[in-house]
Amino acid sequence: MNRYFTEEHEWVEVEGNTATVGITDYAQEQLGDVVFVDVPAEGKQFDKGDEAAVVESVKAASDVFCPVSGTIVEGNDVLADEPALVNTDPEGDGWFFKLELSDMSELDGLMDEAAYKQFVAGL
Amino acid sequence: MPTDHIAELLERIPDKLLPLDRWHRAHGGRMVSFAGYQMPVQYEGVMAEHLWTREHAGLFDVSHMGQTVLTGETPDRALEAVVPGDIQALKENRLRYTLLLNETGGILDDLMVTRRARDLYLVVNGATKYDDLAYLRETLPDEVVITLLDERALFALQGPKAAAALASLIPEVTDLYFMQAGAFVFEGTQLWISRSGYTGEDGFEISVDVDHAEALVDRLCAHESVKPIGLGARDSLRLEAGLPLYGHDMNDEVTPVEADLGFAISKRRRIEGGFAGADRVLGELNGGAARKRVGLMVEGRQPVREGAEIFAGDIPVGIVTSGGFAPSLGVPVAMGLVASRHAANGTQLHADVRGKRIAVTVAAMPFVSHRYRRASVT
Repeated sequence: MNRYFTEEHEWVEVEGNTATVGITDYAQEQLGDVVFVDVPAEGKQFDKGDEAAVVESVKAASDVFCPVSGTIVEGNDVLADEPALVNTDPEGDGWFFKLELSDMSELDGLMDEAAYKQFVAGL
Repeated sequence: MPTDHIAELLERIPDKLLPLDRWHRAHGGRMVSFAGYQMPVQYEGVMAEHLWTREHAGLFDVSHMGQTVLTGETPDRALEAVVPGDIQALKENRLRYTLLLNETGGILDDLMVTRRARDLYLVVNGATKYDDLAYLRETLPDEVVITLLDERALFALQGPKAAAALASLIPEVTDLYFMQAGAFVFEGTQLWISRSGYTGEDGFEISVDVDHAEALVDRLCAHESVKPIGLGARDSLRLEAGLPLYGHDMNDEVTPVEADLGFAISKRRRIEGGFAGADRVLGELNGGAARKRVGLMVEGRQPVREGAEIFAGDIPVGIVTSGGFAPSLGVPVAMGLVASRHAANGTQLHADVRGKRIAVTVAAMPFVSHRYRRASVT
């Protein structure tokens, strides 16, 4: 199992050729109280960089970009009733969606945890 | 190009700092650029701060706003040329909400006017204060002296515990009712305090010399009921209270009648007119305006925000001017400017949020009842 991070503050956990995607603790802290999350439906296909989900806090709406290309196998439906999970457990139960990777080599361009921590420290 | 050059220069003007800038940062305030100032948008979180204010008392630094005094022989009569309120009838130590209008009845700003013993005290919006001053200087006679009180800070203390908290320092403030004001002394410095605010709650707005601001704020925040509250909750509180925000729910192309602020047009002024834009504004009072500011209840949980187009079927009928999540209600709410024939309470419309249709219903405001401490009607 491997966890990767993006400069857009998403995390990507890879198991086999399936990836679970969410936003980082830093991202939820910046967004503030999350009040609505729109996750993609099963079967949707995204290219890397496509808008895949929407997260709205009390303050503003933000797009969540698909960090890697693939096909959605599951959206986290629990977030419809409990959007605050994104604040309380962003890198666990507050995950957004799972997708089947179409190009494993895209993972090479992502950061590992140490690199992401350094990236955030520089913001 | 000279215009480009000016625009570039303006972009390079750095934000001003509030007198208590360091205090806000030391208390965990996350600072953002607003109205030309670095201002705290939140401390512990918008939701928690919002709910704290509704249940206890929140302290807001609104020192960016323009505290202005008008002096002269009859500044009240002079001011009436550009506002539709009856300023001449305003009694000493009373305040009134009014609107600064342009020649076509568009709203240049909304403001509070207080008659004090020796002047009229105006509080105008931070983002518009310099434009307001220029407009007043241009339209009022030379004998009216206009002074911006930039050596004074302004704080709002709002919520059901605000009166008890402020009275623990200054017991006499409990004598004030809603929209009354007076001078008070605190630790040797003079404060100007009005019972007013922008949250729908009981509360006060306190003007203090910048050199004494930190001591006052520290004493207030030492009270168990008081926490500092940021701009984020200020916006959600005023939205729930149905109070419009200048530059969003109204601007220089929106008239008082369109903004549903007809209450700010005083009875005498309706008869006599004589204010900027009176022809149009009084015409709309009698014959109706083409559009109206309304409240919107939003179906589902997704907030509908400023700029979203509003439709009746496939026909565009308006635009959302403010919207967000209402923490006290647990649902999203919004305000919008809607064509008058679609503005009746209960009208079913929908808003377009990035291509998604979200059902909205025109609803009476406020969304959360006001809890002002009003004097009994006399």
